[in-house]
Amino acid sequence: MQAELIARAKALLADGTVARVLGWRKGDTDFNAEPAVFETAESLDEFVYDGFCGANLSKYMIKNSKLEGKTLVFLKPCDTYSFNQLIKENRINRDNTYIIAVGCYGKLDINKIKAAGNKAILSVAEEGATLKIHTAYGDAEMAREEAVLDRCKVCKGGKHVVYDELASFVDEEKPAAEGRFDEVKKLEAMKPEERFAFWQGELSRCIRCNACRNVCPACSCIKCIFDNNNYDAAQKVNTSSFEEQMFHIIRAWHVAGRCTDCGECSRVCPENIPLHLLNRKFISDINEFYGEFQAGEDTTSRAPLTNFTTDDVEPSIVKERG
Amino acid sequence: MFKITNDQMPKLLKAIAETKDLFLPINNNGVTNFGFYKEDCTPDLDTLRTVKSAKDAFFPQSEGLYAVTTEDGKFTISEEEYCNKDFVVFGVRPCDVRSFVVLDKVFLSDPVDTYYAARREHGIVVSLACHQPDESCFCATFDIDAAEPEADVAMWNIEGGYAWEAKTEKGQALTESIKALLEEADVAKEVETEKNCIRTILSVLPNSKLDVSAFGAGKTDDLFNSPMWTELSNACLGCGTCTFSCPTCQCYDIKDFNTGHGVSRYRCWDSCMYHDFTLCAHGTNRQTQMQRFRQRFMHKLVYFPDREGMFSCVGCGRCVDKCPQSLNIVKVIKRMGGNSNV
Repeated sequence: MQAELIARAKALLADGTVARVLGWRKGDTDFNAEPAVFETAESLDEFVYDGFCGANLSKYMIKNSKLEGKTLVFLKPCDTYSFNQLIKENRINRDNTYIIAVGCYGKLDINKIKAAGNKAILSVAEEGATLKIHTAYGDAEMAREEAVLDRCKVCKGGKHVVYDELASFVDEEKPAAEGRFDEVKKLEAMKPEERFAFWQGELSRCIRCNACRNVCPACSCIKCIFDNNNYDAAQKVNTSSFEEQMFHIIRAWHVAGRCTDCGECSRVCPENIPLHLLNRKFISDINEFYGEFQAGEDTTSRAPLTNFTTDDVEPSIVKERG
Repeated sequence: MFKITNDQMPKLLKAIAETKDLFLPINNNGVTNFGFYKEDCTPDLDTLRTVKSAKDAFFPQSEGLYAVTTEDGKFTISEEEYCNKDFVVFGVRPCDVRSFVVLDKVFLSDPVDTYYAARREHGIVVSLACHQPDESCFCATFDIDAAEPEADVAMWNIEGGYAWEAKTEKGQALTESIKALLEEADVAKEVETEKNCIRTILSVLPNSKLDVSAFGAGKTDDLFNSPMWTELSNACLGCGTCTFSCPTCQCYDIKDFNTGHGVSRYRCWDSCMYHDFTLCAHGTNRQTQMQRFRQRFMHKLVYFPDREGMFSCVGCGRCVDKCPQSLNIVKVIKRMGGNSNV
């Protein structure tokens, strides 16, 4: 599949359809490919597409779609929702983009492979449903499905909601996984004190590195309130336990109704905080109050939180529901 | 040399904590960071690397400098106290121990940072050799021996527990204070075996000793205008993950926190990856992410050697593991320098 993508990228560069290619570049290990821009056919020899290309490239298109000439971007099914949402918010110039939709079988999380006891990993090879792991301490095998990112366990399905062409290995019919809101339900079932303790325990590890915010396709403000030194909100560190909650809760509110549940926030958190659960709770509530809604599914409809209908629930629902 | 068995270790930690503050790796919900010992905490001496380094022990992410409060039109200034009590930093890996040398160069040179100096004076460092080095370790690049901790006390994993050896006067005093829990034992042979194991593994790791000859003092002109910086930094999110997990990053900001009826002035880590880093009235700090990215690596690999005669990276590998987009100093070294282990 990688060879096919490289060949298409080279052809589109050669015939002038696109001026550059946004994809992933091989890392110095099997598991640290990085998002990269390729401008020449030769540089594309370093292009990679495999199980470790988890990064969602949509947000980089804010910058790249403003450059001269079209940018070719490779998007996985869930990435296309982020991309569409950015079009809706007028952040991406769609006319200046060319999308090749790529298939995805769940992206791998090296931390899960390490958590299974593999240290000093020298190589990881995907062989069907099995991962063959070669380490300085010996070799091991692991079921692929045990090593996928949490977000992939609740995959939205194989459908791409926006693209110019489909790669041969896509599976548009792949169904969505069950149980997307199971973790949310667990949190809802907790007593308020338990829930507070859960979030306090998780958020107390936050180091305010802003990786969650900076990677988030919905966080596309040119200047974030938390970076604006004219307000007390701009702090580079959690000044109190209230502060650490405020940062994350305000961020969750701000992306509510726009978050596509791409899961990048939790993928990048160095402290492994399940940040996506805050967003997913909002999604679950939106579904409950306004009917099923998936941000990024289209580029034109009005989103529940930015629309008004006489059927809307009253704010008192929060109190009534408990 | 002494031995402490696995069974005795919890008692040893408790005994230390009875007389001194104890800062050690603690597991919280599957994630290990340094923190202060509490009776109900879960110490974790097995995890090779904490997410954040041991740097917080001497240079905490945030520390109060003074507070101003107002009452009836008068205002009062209260200063923070300096550290004035001995404390133990336990289970520090050899790379992090070396990071203290880097921090000393910055904070103990004139003008001395008195907050840092007070903590250094009172801190006792107990280091643990790296039982199972990881693929992202590259400490040997900077002449650090993961098998030979350079601290007040050195520890090694051995069968059934740990070997314990005091290396300095501070270390001897600590050893005396907990001697009842240590077992005098001839474990030199076992320690030697452990050291050999560590070094054997390091020798097969791909990045353990990188070629850094392209970097160092005097290399600014060769590297500053390299077109590689744009390529290397293209995917950089401008987050602070690398900086905040780094044991040697030492830049800080001083900020005010409005408490409603006063102001807390505090110092906190800053990141050269942030857009407002070193922003002054002139408004012309580094304007692009490429410039910020270049600064971080040039500082560690060129400017610091220029000024202090040593690299300010210790090869702990945290940024390698943690960068959200897999950009890191090893990639910088390999792409701008040599590819091979030396």
